[in-house]
Amino acid sequence: MRHIISILLENEAGALSRVSGLFSARGYNIESLTVAPTEDPTLSRLTLVTRGSDDVIEQITKQLNKLVDVVKLIDLTEGAHIEREMLLIKVNATGNMREEVKRLVDIFRGHIIDVTDTTYVIELTGTGEKLDAFVDALRGAGIIEVVRSGVSGIARGERSLRA
Amino acid sequence: MELTGAEILVRCLQDEGVEYIFGYPGGAALHIYDALYKQEKVKHILARHEQGATHAADGYARSTTKPGVALVTSGPGVTNTVTGIATAYMDSIPLVVISGQVSTALIGNDAFQEVDTVGITRPCVKHNFLVKDVKDLAATIKKAFYIAQTGRPGPVLVDVPKDVTAQRCEYVYPKEVQMRSYHPVVKGHPGQIKRAAEMLLGAKRPMIYSGGGVIASEASRELTEFTRALGFPITNTLMGLGAYPATDPLFVGMLGMHGTYEANMAMHDCDVLLAVGARFDDRVTGEVKQFCPDARIIHIDIDPSSISKNVRVDVPIVGDVKNVLSDLSKAMKAAKKEPDKQALSVWWKRIDGWRKFDCLGFDRASSLIKPQYVLETLYRLTKGEAFVTSDVGQHQMWAAQFYKFDKPRRWINSGGLGTMGFGLPAAMGVQFAHPKDTVVCVTGEASIQMCIQELSTCRQYDLPIKIVNLNNRYMGMVRQWQEFFYESRYSHSYMDALPDFQKLAEAYGHVGMRIEKPADVEGALIECLKLKDRLVFMDFITDQNENVYPMVAAGKGHHEMHVSPSQARAMEDRELA
Repeated sequence: MRHIISILLENEAGALSRVSGLFSARGYNIESLTVAPTEDPTLSRLTLVTRGSDDVIEQITKQLNKLVDVVKLIDLTEGAHIEREMLLIKVNATGNMREEVKRLVDIFRGHIIDVTDTTYVIELTGTGEKLDAFVDALRGAGIIEVVRSGVSGIARGERSLRA
Repeated sequence: MELTGAEILVRCLQDEGVEYIFGYPGGAALHIYDALYKQEKVKHILARHEQGATHAADGYARSTTKPGVALVTSGPGVTNTVTGIATAYMDSIPLVVISGQVSTALIGNDAFQEVDTVGITRPCVKHNFLVKDVKDLAATIKKAFYIAQTGRPGPVLVDVPKDVTAQRCEYVYPKEVQMRSYHPVVKGHPGQIKRAAEMLLGAKRPMIYSGGGVIASEASRELTEFTRALGFPITNTLMGLGAYPATDPLFVGMLGMHGTYEANMAMHDCDVLLAVGARFDDRVTGEVKQFCPDARIIHIDIDPSSISKNVRVDVPIVGDVKNVLSDLSKAMKAAKKEPDKQALSVWWKRIDGWRKFDCLGFDRASSLIKPQYVLETLYRLTKGEAFVTSDVGQHQMWAAQFYKFDKPRRWINSGGLGTMGFGLPAAMGVQFAHPKDTVVCVTGEASIQMCIQELSTCRQYDLPIKIVNLNNRYMGMVRQWQEFFYESRYSHSYMDALPDFQKLAEAYGHVGMRIEKPADVEGALIECLKLKDRLVFMDFITDQNENVYPMVAAGKGHHEMHVSPSQARAMEDRELA
């Protein structure tokens, strides 16, 4: 099962490597990882996507909680939640493809954020599936470069992760 | 008044009440060593290798309720401590290791004697710190001692760059530690405790299995009273020996790979298992699919991640063993129900039947020295009162089987990591903590050579450790596995070109003895124990082919033990009769 674990971490040198080191040392996998400071600059919020049986996920959350730098964590996938990824993609935009790509961007509700005579850079946010679909749709245009963030997530409603 | 970082560090140790630190100087630690020189409160013990220093600090911690402290320099100084730190980590021993580091301006430049200490030690410490500003130093040391000793204890490393030890600032040692991210659970959940009480009172074939957590939590008395009140059988893990008195009739011996027949059979057949401060290690459980197949399991542990890690449990209780046991006792009294006495007496009859097999029996008529006989005699002559450290291998298992520990913190061994070379330096730490007591290091000719240089430390500080070297000219446990599982192909397990240990001990300034005949064992031990102020190295030339029995092979269940050939014959005879 796929799980999104969201962690409040002390914003200190080496804290991230404690988390990633735990995963490699215990043989768990990380599918994606996003991390940035929160409104409180002493705290980072880290969102991590992993896969495993219930037993494995239980161990992962227990082991993470044991790390001294981990302040708190939740498994977002245990309840209703929203997840987003951001995609930046550079594609060829010449001839009649210039219009075609722009139409696709509108359909997917993305933005063209950089333009040259021959290329576009497009920004799109959404779930991983939506991003995959968009990338597939652009294959015909000629993709030059793809950059994707990891998953960011937040719980719906009252549930929240605060220090 | 402003102090230098080095002076602050030493003041912190003084204010923390540290009596001994074990270490080895070097470039990046020289300011700290200078500050140590100028005071007398904290006594520095000079080991001969940083691994020895770390094991000595570890032995000190295991035999007391205090943390062990080690001080080393950067680079090779600290890489040499990694084995010692990992040893303490696996056995949850509180250690504070202070390492010098190159100056902050040089970090990352591949400077002389620079390594990424925090990175190298990260997977084997409870936590570690790099102090980059002298203003953070005192608070960091305070946190290090706090983290090492609270919750599930463990080693904490503080890496201090050389320039930080030279910078000055005002010294204030914090009285308390506030950390938003670290709150060990102490009290067990009352609802879970109630469920556990009911389950235990309903048991027909109960079993208590307790481990090193009982010792860490100083809960021997609670465990003993609890067990006696119920009259349940109890087994200890290798790490838990001494937590419950081994001479008590309710004690069925150690369990696991080399546990007793009765302990393992009782584990296999029990219907309710109470695990106390133990972590279901693979050497204890054997094949997990066959582990306690009929039992509902209650597990008390301070570390939530120990629970349901290897074996799913029915009633998990997270909390300090000492608190939980006393709450559990109260809950059982409140339940106003007695254990099922009749079922218990049937259960004890079965256990006593297993006991009759005398699974630790060995050939007493042999013309060769049997290692078991040496340890049995040692136990008798020291009246079970000695502190016994061990290295790793067959001798360790025989010591665990034949020395009956009635008190906690008397049995000092590397259970989790299985570190050869641990025994002698650990014994040094124990002897510093208990200068008047008999400290015995049970070892083998392979293990002892891994930290033999510490014989020099023992001479410098006149440590009267008694070394019992069970010399079978093999890495005995490796040889045993090769005999059982590799058709006796003894690949590189033979110790060729051994030194003359008697002369070696003498060269270091100690007393050496070589004992070759069973008839000389007792006399030699008596003579050795009489030499109260000298280190005595006793080299016992033992039977090369002796194996440790019983044995649960990897992948087997508790009920599928190998027993020794002589005991197997005795069992057959009894069954036929």
